[in-house]
Amino acid sequence: MEKRELVCVSCPMGCAITVELDDNGQVVSVTGNTCPRGDKYARQECTHPERMVTSSVRVEGGRLPVVPVKTSQPIAKELIFDCMKEINQVVLKAPVKIGDVVIHDVLGTGVDILATNEA
Amino acid sequence: MLNYDLVVVGGGPAGMAAALQAHEDGVEKVLILERADSLGGILEQCIHTGFGLHYFGEELAGPEYAGRFIEQVYNTDIDVKVDTMVLDISADNVVTAVNNFDGLLTIQAKAIVLAMGCRERPRGALSIAGCRASGIMTAGTAQKYVNIDGYMPGKTVVILGSGDIGLIMARRMTLEGAKVKAVCELMPYSGGLTRNIVQCLEDFDIPLRLSCTVVATHGKDRLEGVTVANVDENLKPIPGTEEYIPCDTLMLSVGLIPENELSKNAGITLDPITNGPVVDEYRETSHKGVFACGNVLQVHDLVDFVTEESKLAGAGAAKFIKGEKADAGVVHTKGQDGVRYIVPQNVNTATDKDVKLYFRVGRVIKNAVLTVTCGDEVIMTKKKKKMTPGEMEYITLKVDTIHNLPKDSTLVVSAKEA
Repeated sequence: MEKRELVCVSCPMGCAITVELDDNGQVVSVTGNTCPRGDKYARQECTHPERMVTSSVRVEGGRLPVVPVKTSQPIAKELIFDCMKEINQVVLKAPVKIGDVVIHDVLGTGVDILATNEA
Repeated sequence: MLNYDLVVVGGGPAGMAAALQAHEDGVEKVLILERADSLGGILEQCIHTGFGLHYFGEELAGPEYAGRFIEQVYNTDIDVKVDTMVLDISADNVVTAVNNFDGLLTIQAKAIVLAMGCRERPRGALSIAGCRASGIMTAGTAQKYVNIDGYMPGKTVVILGSGDIGLIMARRMTLEGAKVKAVCELMPYSGGLTRNIVQCLEDFDIPLRLSCTVVATHGKDRLEGVTVANVDENLKPIPGTEEYIPCDTLMLSVGLIPENELSKNAGITLDPITNGPVVDEYRETSHKGVFACGNVLQVHDLVDFVTEESKLAGAGAAKFIKGEKADAGVVHTKGQDGVRYIVPQNVNTATDKDVKLYFRVGRVIKNAVLTVTCGDEVIMTKKKKKMTPGEMEYITLKVDTIHNLPKDSTLVVSAKEA
């Protein structure tokens, strides 16, 4: 049995949540939350936490040397640094438009890397 | 001299929303003056997501949020001059500006919207002892270096101040391979959003040291390290707690100041707490026909609220230009007992719609009761589970309630534990 302490980020309340996990990493109980959103957040955080990744990639011939990018969906938290390695290998050629796919299906996640500005 | 109905100073989210609203409300000749080389303002360097959840119901990156307004502006006949610096606003609403194409410009405006935004508190405001080595910068400057100019300003970083820009930069520098050794916060609580503490610090095991500050910087040409120390309840460093942290970069995220030099020169009355102009419910300042919105008026947490406020200012400017704006006396607003300030500071009693009073509290208040009084009369009460200084709050006054308030009276908003 493992106990994890979390601070809920669903709203400004910032409830201190305690999650009990069994030996297989399954959630046994969630306590300390004051609403259902806290329960959902705690279960997600303890079983498969996900994050949006934002960064920038090099652009040749654009108005600026880099253009910002984001993941089209949140990706597994443990993939953040691998995702950054992929992003840092890309060099684009201007023009770039908002929403352009910079990397398709990054790391086989089904998630694309999209440009978030023009260049 | 050029002639415009409305001149908007600043082409960030506030200026664009105000210009678009005024244009939509029938103002024909609108001009946006922008100091940078493109529209968008500070959002251009805020490449993280989280913008637009309220206004668009989507989670956008900063440039995407700005991009939607930029596109709208260029799809109208609103005129835009970039690379243009406004120098002066006169008593009769003549705007003086300068750029490389037109030289010196004078523009007669019927109405003006101030949307200059804010800037970061610099090192000079902190009196940190030590060297003047390179590698000491505000978090926003570092953000521009990384996200716009595409280069890394350092490899090992200490961040002073746990405002949201500092937290966001802790993550950004880590993602790009730098080591962020610590985020030091003078206060016993962080000024940043909980979400950012979790996703920018805890995710990357970056320590947040509360009640801690930088007392000295070391190094001759380049920063070599900083000395940090814990502070007591009076925020004074405690002798004996000093610790040396080697680093080549110190980033400061220690507060934002509305950029009101133009407003001050124009003789516009400022609120000593917000450091922004005193305004009415349509964000008209003490100077007739001059409106203010966005971070030049009060520092916001969310751009979504900037957009909402700026549309009010644009609508107000349109009403002013058409001679339809209520001008029959006001009630004043005042924060008390934990409520630090109220925007707007004045409300026209003959106003035409409900008015949201925005405010911040001075301390964390749990199970709070908000009370609005006028003289001895309690106008309304509202319960809030929790209020913190880091989150802007509001309470809505119904238009009928406002119509019944006596002119020149004062509405007092207070917050207390239940």
